[in-house]
Order: sequence, then structure tokens, then C-alpha cells
Amino acid sequence: MNPTPPIQTSDFVLQTSTRRGLNPARAVLDNGVVLLAKHTTTTPAVSINLAIRAGSACDPPDAPGTTWLLSRVIDRGTAKRSAADIAEALDSRGITITIAVTRQLFSLVCTCLAEDFEAVLALLGEIVITPSLLDREIETRKGEVITAIRQDDDNPAVRASESLMALLYPDGHPYGRRTKGSIEVVETLTRDRLLHLHDQRFAPTELSAAIVGDVNPSHVHDVAAGVFGRWQNAAPPPITLPPVRHATRRQRLVIPMMNKAQADIAYGFTTITRRDPDYYAFWLMNNAFGQYSIARADPAYYAWWLMNHALGQYSMSGRLGDSIRERQGMAYYVSSSLDANVAEGPLVIRAGVSPANVDRAVASIDEEITRLITEGLTPKELDESRRYLIGSIPRALETNAAIASFLQIAEFFGLGLDYDVRLPDLLGAVTLDQANAAARRALHPERATIVIAGPYADVESDNRLIG
Amino acid sequence: MRATTLDNGLKVLVQEEHTAPLASVWCWYKVGSKDERPGLTGVSHWVEHMNFKGTTNIPRDQVKGIIEQYGGSWNGYTWIDQTTYLETATRDALDRMLFIESERMANCLYHPDDCESERTVIISELQGGENDPDQLLDQEVTATAFKAHPYQHPTIGWLPDLKAMTRDDLYGYYRRYYVPNNATLVIVGDVDTDEALRRVEHYFGGIQPGRDLERLRTVEPDQTGERHLTIRKEGTTAYLKVAFHAPSATDDRFVPIVILDAVLAGAKGLNLWSSFRTAPPQRSARLYRALVERGLASSVSGSIVPTQQPFLYTVSVTATDGTSLTSVEAATLEELDRVRQDGITDTELAKAKAQLKARLVFDNDSVTNIAHQLGYFETIASVDVFTALPSRIAAVTCEAVADAARSLLAPSNRTVGWFEPLPIGNGSGKSEVGSTKSEVRSLKSEV
Repeated sequence: MNPTPPIQTSDFVLQTSTRRGLNPARAVLDNGVVLLAKHTTTTPAVSINLAIRAGSACDPPDAPGTTWLLSRVIDRGTAKRSAADIAEALDSRGITITIAVTRQLFSLVCTCLAEDFEAVLALLGEIVITPSLLDREIETRKGEVITAIRQDDDNPAVRASESLMALLYPDGHPYGRRTKGSIEVVETLTRDRLLHLHDQRFAPTELSAAIVGDVNPSHVHDVAAGVFGRWQNAAPPPITLPPVRHATRRQRLVIPMMNKAQADIAYGFTTITRRDPDYYAFWLMNNAFGQYSIARADPAYYAWWLMNHALGQYSMSGRLGDSIRERQGMAYYVSSSLDANVAEGPLVIRAGVSPANVDRAVASIDEEITRLITEGLTPKELDESRRYLIGSIPRALETNAAIASFLQIAEFFGLGLDYDVRLPDLLGAVTLDQANAAARRALHPERATIVIAGPYADVESDNRLIG
Repeated sequence: MRATTLDNGLKVLVQEEHTAPLASVWCWYKVGSKDERPGLTGVSHWVEHMNFKGTTNIPRDQVKGIIEQYGGSWNGYTWIDQTTYLETATRDALDRMLFIESERMANCLYHPDDCESERTVIISELQGGENDPDQLLDQEVTATAFKAHPYQHPTIGWLPDLKAMTRDDLYGYYRRYYVPNNATLVIVGDVDTDEALRRVEHYFGGIQPGRDLERLRTVEPDQTGERHLTIRKEGTTAYLKVAFHAPSATDDRFVPIVILDAVLAGAKGLNLWSSFRTAPPQRSARLYRALVERGLASSVSGSIVPTQQPFLYTVSVTATDGTSLTSVEAATLEELDRVRQDGITDTELAKAKAQLKARLVFDNDSVTNIAHQLGYFETIASVDVFTALPSRIAAVTCEAVADAARSLLAPSNRTVGWFEPLPIGNGSGKSEVGSTKSEVRSLKSEV
């Protein structure tokens, strides 16, 4: 194995964008690792976001959930350190590594004090490159994953969302599979399968490291080059996704969960890819229709779910919230989310309602969609959404972790180092006709896929859809 | 940070932070579910919902748009000691944010139709919570741990009260507690303090103070024996909670217990708004090693939150599939008894302090989070309690933690709750709560 000499710091700095805005530095090591860095001084801390193009779409077709189990085990020992050593290294610095698996990405994210940056990045590098994946760790984590799957099975919101994705993306499409997999599959997974997956998909060409905080970008480069510069592994073949088939008829599935108090509705469509030229028109249309004021990526969103005790307003805007929550008082939450992705992602409307209000709520969603595609948004609605989305950019880029996440999205979709600067213009250029055309292109009650999970049963459910 | 009080009693805290072109405004009221009398449980939270539904000078459909046109976020929450409202937006929206909060304090409408439609929204929120067995168990354990103090009932309220409450109940409560002399206004961000205070005087100076509020006098009597409850309900997963009466934020034992919790389950930080973003650093923590690493549990967490009056320290455990609650409880209590008997080591103390040092930094990474902390502590105690946290943490000794553990973790001070899942599809969806009354296992008090 030939060591890869890191590029010179001066090259790294020269590639820095000179325009105003975030102005991140970007470099590519000789082995293909992408480095993104941004110096901030808000707190004496650094956020590290490592994204590997090895999400659940890479699961072996016969073993959905393999990537998820790998994510639970990967930080439980490396070639040099035991699980206990890693635990001590993290806990003594007050650090938690959050390992997330999306359809496309496998991410390791943490925030540490600036004084710990070098040691923490070195540890993360070991975890990514040389995980030990020991049998005893795999067995323990399997128990946790199986318990989590059982918890999901008892959660109407999860059941509704996962079943909707399975219906929108049928026939084993990676977007339709449960990320955690099934208990039956998880029980059969072996160390060899995890090692094989890691060897096949984890390579320097697949890694992008975003590092934001109180550390100089040139120092980031030097440290990251030392950690990742010698890593060699062949680039995997690109992930190929099957074509997405858009629904041509209305589908409705009911999952009776009579032990629950509230029913969850997931109502959705397949839409567009992130690279579609109409993406910004879709984004604005969705915002006016029912996007969260608190975006799902906002940490506060998760804080609300995790905080059992304190009860708050569910920040929501748009027509759905106005109709179903504000005017009719039917639901605590109702919203729509757009997840344009590598393949045509979903637009999903979710609502939590009393079982007695399920039919009314679905009818109201139908009604709002019909109104949207026949009458369109008003100029005022579009203007308000545009002002909101543009105005929220400084807030969305306030924290180190949020900036690092933003840089990773821009890198993954090839949006450019100046994406934050161009974004207002991209949103500003969308016309009312384009936003309304986006609604007509993707939404129609007759092509809607609807899943209801909770204390509700009806005869309209298309039981052929089950399983 | 500058603190001042207007003539009408409104406390104002302003802190300049010029790292981003943003400002965050929070208006805090010293009213929460502990201030509710029987029959009106849930009124604080319902009032919070009503205060987003238009004012004399802000039409109902413009309440949210005023801030959103600046790209701002808005929200509010209610808990046991406090109700609070916030906006975070670009700095040029400061005037609008202050206007909204002044309107919210003085001029909310409470239209009868809005009160009625919000009833079903709140009942939906309650039912959503009941869908989560862990949350249901938390509610029942809290209700069992307290016999007298109104921390006993959930902030959402009891369903029969929510069904019976009237518009007059809501409006009367609003008028009683939403007065400047019961509030703290916090501004943090890219602002000029003098100018911000002038704008605060402009918007709030004319609001009349309310009469002095009679405050809660109930003190929870010492618990004299272990209490145990079991919820048997259809489900897939077993949960355990062990709750202990714990001191308030100003008590000398509070910070040692925060350290104790870090040793047992990893340090969470002390920001109710942001500390839940990530799991605590806990892999070397005692309960994690005893439960998760041994395969008995898929998760374990500890919770000690700063409160005005003595609340709870709670350990929550999710049993792994197929593991009995008996063995999970035994392993949990064994660890708790061990730390009660032997205390913690110097190494553990140093690690816990390092974790908290980092968490205090991480919890203050935005104007919103900083503003939350200032207002939160001023509402439950004093902002000085917040600023003193680093020095209080630094001063904690192993002996102080051991002393706190001995009284906190006494068996007679604990309430143990089980959620025992019944097979799905074999019975009704209703829960069966057994042994909710105190089972005095130890007649001898072990305080």
C-alpha cells in the first residue's frame, strides 16, 4: 500500500470561494476523500460530519437492514482500540457520535470541544476505516435492533410511514424497504456479511468530511490528511436504483392497532429527483401547502419528540395546518414534507387524529389537494413562502452542526460552494405558474396512496396491499 | 447580560451576541401545571395554545405570518413551572417580535369558537402521547410518586378536565397570570442593548401590572415506603422506570445529583430545549454497562431537570426483547444500591465534570438556546443559578455526591413502574393499571 501524500495547505486555501456567504474551503485528497471546512468562533467547539455514500440503498437485496446493523456496531472497536477504549475516549470528552443511515448516506456526526478536535477526528477515522466488528458486539447490538424493530411495530406513526414508503416504492425498491430490516433477517446476519458490506462500500472516494467550528481550515486539512490520506480501497460501483413507477390509481391501506388512542395518517405521492429543474418550484409549493415551520432537519424538531414532559405548539404553517388544525381542530399535527432525492422522492402528508376523525381528515386532505391543483396558490401565498424560506437561511446556518449538514447536502448533490449565496436567487426565480405546475405534476387525490395506522378499521382498505 | 425591571414589574434580560444577524425573543411566565387546581388540570397548556389565536391588534390569521415573513421561527411550550413563547428571526424583526409578545401578554381574544376547536386539538395531543407506552408509564409513575404536590398531574391535564373546561376558565386563568409582574422577557442576539430596552419600554411599559399572585404552598410529604405500579397493556416492548424525589435547582444537593446522574447514565446538559438533541455520552456509565452491555436493555437514561420545587430523578430502561422486567429491575436496583453504598470514584467525578463542561458549551450554540437558558432559570429560580452552574459543578466533591446518593436513592424514596406488554390482538386496547396505590414495602423510613 503506497502512502498518499496529502496536498499542500496552500492548494486547499486557494480553492476557497471568494464570494460572500459561508465561504467554505474544499479540497480533495489524492485518494478521493473530500474535505469541507468552515471556521466559526461562536463557541469553542467543532462539529464533524462524515458522510459516506453507503446508505441503506446499498443493502444486499436479500438482507435489508445490514447497513443499519453495521451502523450500530461500527463504533464498537477498531483494529487498535477496544469498545471500552472508544467508550472512554468519547465519554471523557463529553462526546456522543450519532451514526445515521439514510437511503443514500451513512453518516457519523459529533460535536467536540475545539481542544479535542485532533484526537476525535483520529478516532472517527479509525472507526470508518478499520472497524473490528466483533461477534460479541454484533450479538449485543442485534438485541438492541430487534427491540427497536418491535418498538416500531407498536408505533402507529412509524407503521403508517413505513407502509406508505413500501407502497410508493414496491417490489423491493431500496426506498421502500425498512431501514432497520426485519427481525428474521437481522437474526441471520453474520460478521462476514458486515465485513463484506464494509469492504465493498466504504472507500475514500465515497467519503466527504465536513468540519465546522473553532479550528482553522488549513489545520483541518493537515489533520484530516493525516487521518484519511493513506486510506486505500477500490471505489465501489455506483449505486443503481430501479426506476420509480408513479401510482396510477388511489390506494388505501388500514393497519388496525386497537391498543392505541390516536390514529396516524400518511398520505403521499412520488415526486421528483433533487436534480430536477423544477425542484425549487416544488419546494415553494410544499412550503405553502403545509411544510413545518420547524424543518425536520432542525434539532428543535427532534427535541419536541424526545421531550416527553414539556408540551408545545407544533409549529406549522400552510394550508393543511390552517384547515385541519386551525379551522377544524381535528389534529395536533398535520404537515407535508418533500424529500426529493437521487431517485424521485416522496411528498408525504402526515396527520395524527382521533379515530373518529380519520375519514374527515382524509377528506380534508383530498379537498385541499383538489383546491391546490385547480385553483393554485395565490401570489400572496407564494410571496410569503418565498420570504420565509429566504429569510430563514441565516437561522438555518447558525450552528456549526447545521452548517456542516448543509455543506454535506450541497456536496452530495453537487450544488457548489456558493450554494448558500445562490439559494435566495434560486427561490426568487420561481414563478407562480411554475409552483402551480409543480402541484399539478405531482399531486392528485385519484393517485394518492394512503395508509392509516391506529384504532381504526374499515372495509375500504385494499387488503391486497398488505404484505 | 444586562438585567432590568420596568415600573410595571416586567423583568428584562438582554444579552448581545453578534456572531449571526439574528435575534431571539422569549417571554416567560411563572405559571405552569403546578399552579392548576383540581378540575382545571391542563389549563396552563390550553391557555398557551389559545395565545396563538389572534389579539386585539393582530388578526388571527396573521399571528404566525408576522414572524415568518422574516424567515423566523416561533413556538411555545408549557411545563410544570413555566409557560414560554419565543421567536427567533433576523435582527430587523426585533420590533415585530416585541410587538407580538406585548400583544400576547395583554390582548389575546379567546373567541369561544376557537376555545372549542382547540379542545379537540389538545385531546388529540393527549392521545398521541398515550400511543407511546414509555410516555404513558412516565405519566403514571409521576402521578404515583406524588401524593399531595400538583407536580403529580401531567401538564397536558387529565382527560375529564379537558372535556369539562370552559372558555371562562381559560380566560380567567389567562388574565390572572399573564401580567408583566409575573413575566420575564429575554432578548439575545445581534442587538444594541440600549436600543432594545427602549423598544421594550415602548411596547410593554403601558401594560398594567396584575395583583400579587398567591403561590402554591403545598409541600410533598416525605415518602415513607417504596411504591410500585404496573401497567398491563397490549404492546411489544417492556419498560421500567424508577423515580426518586429529588431536590430543586437551588438546593445544595442538586448539582451533586447532576454529577451522580452523569456517572450512572451520562451527562445530558441542563437545557430542556436543546439537551435532548443527542444521546448523552454514556457508554462507560454504570447503568449502561450493567444493562445495555449485558444485553438486558436496549436503552437506559437518567433525568434530573432543574425545577422550582423538589421534583424527580428518574431512571428509564427499555428491556430487550424477551428479557423480563424482574431481571431488568434487579440489575438496575443493584447498581443504584451500589453507588448509594460506595459512592463514586475520583476518576468518575473528573469524567462527569468534563462531560458537563462540554455539554454546557454545546447547549449554548445559538441565540435561541442561550435565551432559553437565561429565561428558564430566571423563571424557576434566578438567572444567577444559571451563571453559577460552572462554579457549582467545579466545587462538587466525591463526598457531596455520596451524601446526595445516600438520601436520594433510599428505597423508601423510590417509585418503581413497569409497563408490561400484553400480546397484541388478544384483548381490549385499554390499559390496566395495577397497584397504583403505595405499596409500603419498607415501613421504616430510610431518608
